Amino acid sequence: MNALPRTGREAAELLRARETSASELTDLAIERARADTHNAWLLVSDDHARAQARAADLRLRAGDAPPLCGVPWACKDIIGTKGIETTAGSRILDGYIPSYSATVVRRLDAAGAVMIGKTNLDEFAMGSSSENSAFGPVKNPHDATRVPGGSSGGSAVAVAAGQAVFSLGTDTGGSIRQPAALCGVVGVKPTYGRVSRYGVVAFASSLDQVGPFANDVETAAIVCEALFGVDENDATTMALPAESLREGLSDGVKGLRLGVPREYFIEGMEPGVERAVRAALAALEREGAELVDVSLPSTDHGLAVYYIIQPAEASANLARYDGVRYGLRVAGSDLADTYRRTRGEGFGPEVKRRLILGTYALSAGYYDAYYSKAQKVRTLIKREFDEAFAKVDALVTPTSPSVAFAIGAKVNDPLTMYLNDAFTLPVNIAGLPGISVPCGTSDGLPVGLQFIAGSYREATLFRVAAAYERIAGPMEVAA
Amino acid sequence: MSTLDRSVVEKVAGLARIELTDEEIERFTAQLSVVLDAVDRLRSVDTSAIPPTASVLPVDNVMREDVVRPSLPLEEVFRNAPGRDGDYFRVQTVLEQR
Repeated sequence: MNALPRTGREAAELLRARETSASELTDLAIERARADTHNAWLLVSDDHARAQARAADLRLRAGDAPPLCGVPWACKDIIGTKGIETTAGSRILDGYIPSYSATVVRRLDAAGAVMIGKTNLDEFAMGSSSENSAFGPVKNPHDATRVPGGSSGGSAVAVAAGQAVFSLGTDTGGSIRQPAALCGVVGVKPTYGRVSRYGVVAFASSLDQVGPFANDVETAAIVCEALFGVDENDATTMALPAESLREGLSDGVKGLRLGVPREYFIEGMEPGVERAVRAALAALEREGAELVDVSLPSTDHGLAVYYIIQPAEASANLARYDGVRYGLRVAGSDLADTYRRTRGEGFGPEVKRRLILGTYALSAGYYDAYYSKAQKVRTLIKREFDEAFAKVDALVTPTSPSVAFAIGAKVNDPLTMYLNDAFTLPVNIAGLPGISVPCGTSDGLPVGLQFIAGSYREATLFRVAAAYERIAGPMEVAA
Repeated sequence: MSTLDRSVVEKVAGLARIELTDEEIERFTAQLSVVLDAVDRLRSVDTSAIPPTASVLPVDNVMREDVVRPSLPLEEVFRNAPGRDGDYFRVQTVLEQR
């Protein structure tokens, strides 16, 4: 065997037919990860992975192993892993080794999946290009002069380049869906509260959600089935009846009403992206979906709401990095000076910018004008989505207004960089589930199609996405 | 109203306990002014009758039984500490002895 199976289903079938073993798949994934030239990996945890693979092989031989047993996966390095260094892409966590694993990691451990290592990202998930890592930028496997998107760029690349069968990312404003789009893979942001955030480095707590990358919709659904569920360590998770996310995958879109929000087809969107998305809409209509014109008038305010709430929450969450209990400490003249110097040296420029913005928005005299105002407009955005889902089963939009852009092109212009997430961040503001699926190419680079469903309607999301995937056919694995 | 000047950035960086270089203060002032001008557009939205959303979840408090359980072992807690003194994290003196 010289290439990893593309999907979870293929891996599971090969493993059950004894055509390969978890150990063989793991060795291959480790070899591919080590040979990676895109700076996608921060750590390959060989020994840990090989031990997990041996345990998976025993379970497979005993029969009755869960579907992800023995399947190699990659973990965004903002998700805590017991005994394995976790950096969040930042110098400030220098040398930090978690004492416990995140709930999502424990669930994948329990499912028998094999973690190959930790993937590169924008520092503290702050970015849309994976250029803000303290450990250097990640490169797009379709064109190494371009960004893979972000912030979960390394996890998107690991799957796109055939180094892992699936991976985990986090999505606060698009950090799974946008890199999935730019790398030509599937990426899912579940409903807020579906997946435990316990053990994940907190960024903006009312927006953060963990989700998978995969080469196909079914694998993403299998991973979500393993991740979803209540966790006593995260009060946002709720006890809901377990549901199959795979049952409806072959049901198609016939008779479904798909909303097309006109505010998502804006000036400034690349013509090639619009062409690909319009072609996808026409194809969905041919398959029997009814396309419905929808208006979400407050979409235009999403970016402003997001760039108040998200940095404000980040400024509170990142107050914990003070050089006292873990990570970097840069000694100053007194304790307050130690805090300032530790944070001044430990954080990169984008993190500092956002912490200053967030602290400003929360400071006395500005709180009502910024934070409180943004929370009210958040209500408006959420209401408009609720009204739309009274009329349609799902919404269809482009995932990103552009394909992968050149490394360095937007780093000095934060606002232009932030616009990359204009179509994904409203979904986080409203707490909804969203998925990006490959939707052809523009100038040879992948375009992403986003589906959005009502809260806890992931089954609909996967059904519609799988129907589109059958129309589009598989994306080639990037070199 | 927003257009930032450098004294505001310096003050806010102080509140956030982040040491910045002169060059960073200069650059962030210009960059954040552009971002603030963009978010200032929210002022035009009429929200007089709109309640704020702090969380999208339809829940307030989540209660559980108060059960005593073991916490992390001390050695695990201190494993990542940059400074330790017995069972304490060691930092610089905060209050001087008289």
